[in-house]
Amino acid sequence: MNRLPRLRALHGLLLLLLFLVLVDTAMAQPFGLNRGAAPSEVGGFAGWILAKQAEFYRMLSGLIRAAKADGSAAYTLLGVSFLYGVFHAAGPGHGKAVISSYLVANNETWRRGIALSFASAILQAFTAIALVGVIAALLGATAKAMGDTVRVIEIVSYTLIVLIGLRLLWVKGKAFLRALGFGNGSHTHDHAHEHSHEHHHHHHHHDHDHDHEGSAWSHGHGPEPNELTGDHWLKRGLAAIVAVGLRPCSGAIIVLVFALAQGIFWIGVASTFVMGVGTAITVAAIATLAVGARGLAGKLAKTKPGAGTIILRGLETAAALVIVLFGAALLTGYLASERLMGI
Amino acid sequence: MNALLRILLAALLSLGASCLAQAHPHVWVTMQTELVYAPDGSITGIRHAWSFDDMFSTFATQGLESKEKGKFTREELAPLAKVNVESLKEFDYFTYATADGTKAELTDPAPGYWLDYKDQVLTLNFVLPFKKPVKAKELKIEIYDPSIFVDFAFAKDKPVQLAGAPKCKVDVVLPREMTFAEGKALSQIPADEKNTTMTWGAQFATKILVHCP
Repeated sequence: MNRLPRLRALHGLLLLLLFLVLVDTAMAQPFGLNRGAAPSEVGGFAGWILAKQAEFYRMLSGLIRAAKADGSAAYTLLGVSFLYGVFHAAGPGHGKAVISSYLVANNETWRRGIALSFASAILQAFTAIALVGVIAALLGATAKAMGDTVRVIEIVSYTLIVLIGLRLLWVKGKAFLRALGFGNGSHTHDHAHEHSHEHHHHHHHHDHDHDHEGSAWSHGHGPEPNELTGDHWLKRGLAAIVAVGLRPCSGAIIVLVFALAQGIFWIGVASTFVMGVGTAITVAAIATLAVGARGLAGKLAKTKPGAGTIILRGLETAAALVIVLFGAALLTGYLASERLMGI
Repeated sequence: MNALLRILLAALLSLGASCLAQAHPHVWVTMQTELVYAPDGSITGIRHAWSFDDMFSTFATQGLESKEKGKFTREELAPLAKVNVESLKEFDYFTYATADGTKAELTDPAPGYWLDYKDQVLTLNFVLPFKKPVKAKELKIEIYDPSIFVDFAFAKDKPVQLAGAPKCKVDVVLPREMTFAEGKALSQIPADEKNTTMTWGAQFATKILVHCP
């Protein structure tokens, strides 16, 4: 029970999380429009990122025009699109928070985090291209029609986020309460426990809880353990990929429509994909930080089984709660701040 | 441990809550604004001419019917102008007025607003009337989008005009760090304006100050 390394590890974890939060808070305002309030204070690093992405985005229109006249300008366009994607990944459509929280709650590895980030970013590029390709290019419909479609997609996507969060919250929350020693669940737990694992676990619950760290699914009355945790992780993460990747990014849609109007839709398509790769890199980096923080917490838990388990379960529950709140806030508030798109 | 847990929870909560708004503008508006005065010297309204950037202009006009390809008449754009103005209502038209320190209420745009399309740029023209005509020693008008989805900047040519108020003096405050292109535009604006405080916070608040005797 060496206190010093533990404290250090805790510090690291907190710093990581606080860093994420600070960068994030500085980049955007909470809960959509803050009507009538003073503009947010954005300084330093976050301000620089904000300036960069705006700068890259503004360069895109000129580069698309240039690419029309001169094919070699397309390479510059792709380069700038990539950078724009990297810097822009702070936007809500990119699911940074959802992916990170999902990874923390489910105790996934960093490799899986990267895979999930890329899958959702590429899916997002696909939805933008499909949307503009079908509605604008094929059907010749208006921006309003596209805006209306995006709104429907948003509702589906945000609802999915809420559902994913609720499912995680249910399972992780129960495990958390049990770790805290609330009796209600432990009775049923004992019951189920004795039936299914009789010969393997003659010991007390602590050991059991500890061994099954991260697989809280197995304790509930709900689905069988191997139905969920036993699933291939990609299958399990599919809902998260879809929830995050479904909603196309406004910037990509505008770029695609602009390229379409210039008669070089395919250049817009290429730009959108490269943007997606840039976005994925940033989201993956942030997801890796989150997974690292979770791993650190896991190590802590091993140094002190009782309190450690509580921290882990608390962290997972908090992460699940974040997903729920995030989805709910998107469903209720965020729609309003994007309405101008629907012109 | 409880304290730690609380901190973690708070950190995660704000992580989730803080990425809701758009992180940077997707629409750029170049503004020309005119303050409309009544003969008695009170201000009756704010006349806006907002030009959208070319990408957004293209996006907004996508799929609209027009007689001549690539050109849109005021009539052809009328339905779009209607949607435009109506959806701006929810955002208070991004315009906030303060007369001698108290909020001056604006009403919905007068009928007769319109969009025009020139050089692939859409411009929305509308007048925001004051609920009651305003007489103030110092009138402050701020135009910004708190969600940062729309970026507002004044045109370098005739950013603000006072229609019929010879005795008042107008000050345009541009407290923002410009991007390169905008910085270039800024350098062409007369130097008697207050310059950047270099804080990002005020970046989005473009202010008009009108001082009257």
